[in-house]
Amino acid sequence: MIALQHYLIVSAALFSLGMLGILTRRNAVNVLMGVELVLNSANLNLVAFSRFGSGNLQGQLFAVFVIVIAAAEVAVALAIVLTLYRLRRTPNLDDADILRG
Amino acid sequence: MSAEAVVFYLFAAITVLSAAVVVLARSLIYCAFALLFTFFGVAGLYVLLGADFLAATQLLIYVGGILVLLLFGVMLTHKLYDLDLRSEVTQFPAGIIVAGGLFAILAATALRTRWATGAGRPPSATTAEIGKLFMTQYLLPFEAASILLLVALMGAAMIVRRKKDA
Repeated sequence: MIALQHYLIVSAALFSLGMLGILTRRNAVNVLMGVELVLNSANLNLVAFSRFGSGNLQGQLFAVFVIVIAAAEVAVALAIVLTLYRLRRTPNLDDADILRG
Repeated sequence: MSAEAVVFYLFAAITVLSAAVVVLARSLIYCAFALLFTFFGVAGLYVLLGADFLAATQLLIYVGGILVLLLFGVMLTHKLYDLDLRSEVTQFPAGIIVAGGLFAILAATALRTRWATGAGRPPSATTAEIGKLFMTQYLLPFEAASILLLVALMGAAMIVRRKKDA
C-alpha cells in the first residue's frame, strides 16, 4: 500500500537534488533547471496532500497556480540570462558581478 | 507487491534518477533531456494520485513549454560552434553536505510526523470540478494569475529588447 509518506520521500529527494543543482552549478540555465525541480517537488507535495488529506481539490488548484508562476518565472529569468549573455558574453552567474548595466 | 506499488516505484525511480542526472551531468543537453524524464515521472505520479488534469497540464506546460524555453536558453547563451555545452560545477562537497542534510531533515520529518490524513479523495475525474472551482470560489486568484502571466511576458519582451540608441 502506497501511503502519503512515500510521496513525501520522493518529493524530499527531488527538492534536495534541485537545491544541489542551485548551489553547485555555475551556468544560469542549469540553475533554472534546479529551480524547476524544487517547484515540481512542492507540487508533488500539494497533490499528495490533496489526495490523502481531507479529500478536497484545493491542493491541485494550488499546484495549477504554481505551474503558472513557474512559467512566468522561466520567461523572465531567461530574458535576464539572455541580457546577461549579451552584456558579458558568458552564461555563468559568477561573472555577473557588476552593479551597473 | 501490488500493481500500484510497482507503478509507483517505477515512476519514483524515473523521477529521482533523472533528477540526479539533471544535477550531476556535465553536458547541458543531457541535463535538459533528463529534465524531460523528470517531468514525465512527476506526471506519472500525478496520475497515480488521481490528478488527471494536473498530469496533462504538467506534460503540456512543463514538457511543451518550459523545457523548450530552457533549451532555447541553452542554445542562445552559447556560441553556435560550441559542440560540447559544458556546465561547470563549483563548491560541490559543500553542496552535497547541504543537500544531504536537507534530505535527511525532510525525510525524518515526513516519516516521524503523524500526518492528519483524512478520508482521502478516491480517484475520479477532476477536470470539471477544477474548472468549476476556478470560475466560482477561486475566480480572483485565477484572474490575478492571468494578469501575472501577461505582465511577465511583456516584462520578458521588454528586458531582452535591444535599445535603439545603444
